[in-house]
Amino acid sequence: MINNGKKSTSTGAAATLDVKAVEKVAELSRLQLSQNEIETIAGQLSAVLQSFEQLQAVDTNGVEPLVTPTELSVRFREDVAVKVEDVELFLANAPARSGRLFKVPPVV
Amino acid sequence: MSNSLNLDQATCSEIRDAVRGKKVSAVEVTNHFQSRVKTLDPKINAFVSINEKAEEAAKAVDEKIARGEDPGILAGIPMAVKDLLCTKGLKTTASSKMLANFIPPYSATVVKRLEAAGAVTLGKTSLDEFAMGSSNENAATGPVRNPWNPEYVPGGSSGGSAAAIAARMAPGAIGTDTGGSIRQPASFCGLFGMKPTYGRVSRYGIIAFASSLDQAGPMALSTKDCALILEAISGSCEFDSTSASIEVPKWSEILTDDVKGLRIGLPKEYFAESMDADVERVTQEAIAALKDRGAEIVEVSLPLVKHAVPVYYLVATSEASSNLARYDGMRYGHRTADAAGADLDEVYSRSRGEGFGSEVKRRIMLGTYALSSGYYDAFYQKASQVRRLIRNEFLQAFESCDVILSPVSTTPAFKVGERINDPLQMYLNDIFTTSTNLAGLPGMSVPAGYSASGLPIGVQLMGRHFDEARMFNVSLALENALGAVKARRPHVI
Repeated sequence: MINNGKKSTSTGAAATLDVKAVEKVAELSRLQLSQNEIETIAGQLSAVLQSFEQLQAVDTNGVEPLVTPTELSVRFREDVAVKVEDVELFLANAPARSGRLFKVPPVV
Repeated sequence: MSNSLNLDQATCSEIRDAVRGKKVSAVEVTNHFQSRVKTLDPKINAFVSINEKAEEAAKAVDEKIARGEDPGILAGIPMAVKDLLCTKGLKTTASSKMLANFIPPYSATVVKRLEAAGAVTLGKTSLDEFAMGSSNENAATGPVRNPWNPEYVPGGSSGGSAAAIAARMAPGAIGTDTGGSIRQPASFCGLFGMKPTYGRVSRYGIIAFASSLDQAGPMALSTKDCALILEAISGSCEFDSTSASIEVPKWSEILTDDVKGLRIGLPKEYFAESMDADVERVTQEAIAALKDRGAEIVEVSLPLVKHAVPVYYLVATSEASSNLARYDGMRYGHRTADAAGADLDEVYSRSRGEGFGSEVKRRIMLGTYALSSGYYDAFYQKASQVRRLIRNEFLQAFESCDVILSPVSTTPAFKVGERINDPLQMYLNDIFTTSTNLAGLPGMSVPAGYSASGLPIGVQLMGRHFDEARMFNVSLALENALGAVKARRPHVI
């Protein structure tokens, strides 16, 4: 649970985001932000969230969330490997590589 | 070259017919638009990159014609493609520093289908970074200028595609639309711009913003051109399981401007609020023109559309925060140079902090917050529930009308820099377009008039799911009724 500057409203939505909350969200988002960016975003997102408070007034009791807008039937295909394009084209975009491998920073 | 074809005014369909009829070669057409890009784009900044192989592709079309083979329904039409669609071997940046050097190993299905139909990819056009924005000011290569008045924005996010056509640097273009990104720039630049029904066009190879809302579609100088281009790019695709296995009509052949008896719905909520005077006048003129042609004007009610902006921004940013998690600087994309001694999480955070621009960061943050533990129910889930209610309202409204008409944007184009520091105000202007994406409906912007200061204004049409046909007919009726609208030309031309 993210700690907000303001206590949650009765509907459970948080109306403002303070600097601490923004720092927490930045960490979850894996985004390094400058102090200046954090303060700006805190102000801007608080204004946005306050405006979005209006949603809480809509009665959605028992309403199934809509996650995709058209009725789709599930489509299956055979689970077989297909040869993709030239591997070299993929590796060419790597920020760092070692032969035919992607080179990444030490993980452990 | 034939004297009867003026390439600075010709539509895609006219160019196609002239190329197929050997009145002009595809190479000549391509060279003409290439030279316009060279001359005009330094003022407009619509293109991110130029396709060096365009002439080669045009030559292949000419050779097909010479051999008597079918060159395709888009034969020889140069197209500007939004830099959000992957083009094999041609840099694709999403107007982001994150992908500044990304060269896709494959092409988007839309690009493949355009090329299979004989179109020539002229180049890649600027957008708001990752399609996030309504002004094309959030682009790594700088703001795009509106050819009608370069002090104004072209709209966004498909602003480069719109500006390219308005300045006649291309006769047609592909944009993408997640919450209005085809329709709003089409309105600001005096073009026809069309967002198909969700599922009509494959999203494969289109850099994802919000997967349940994104659709690619045509931008052009006529209804028929939009119909023609949509025909070429539509249809089921094995690489996008949300693409619909539903027949693709030959819209360009069945198009008619007969709207007699067609019921045009006006959502009373859209017309109840006070409106920008120019937008109101142009919208009322369009309604009157359709009435004159025998359409029946009916009032419909969409009480919940007033919540479309919050629902849209919560759903879109939630999906974006997940979709953009892939940019970790490992296999492709920007990786920080400052990685020495840093652990993996720090490398991710620095790479993403450096690679993304401010609007993208803001949206990733909003989406992450809306999905985070303790807030999911109040934000993402609540928004998804209201989304269903909005969709239901549209389905109900379509029981008493065939096509819905509304403004596209609350105002005509605004000045570069005017709104960039106030994201909330920028978001609130998307009130008329976002509900279409939430409900998955087809929507379109049709040029309908001008502001007092001479900037173009479009009206929006919305149709039932997979009923692009009726929408196109209403668009053609407006196009034919408002002939004077078409005659005006942008300043930069």
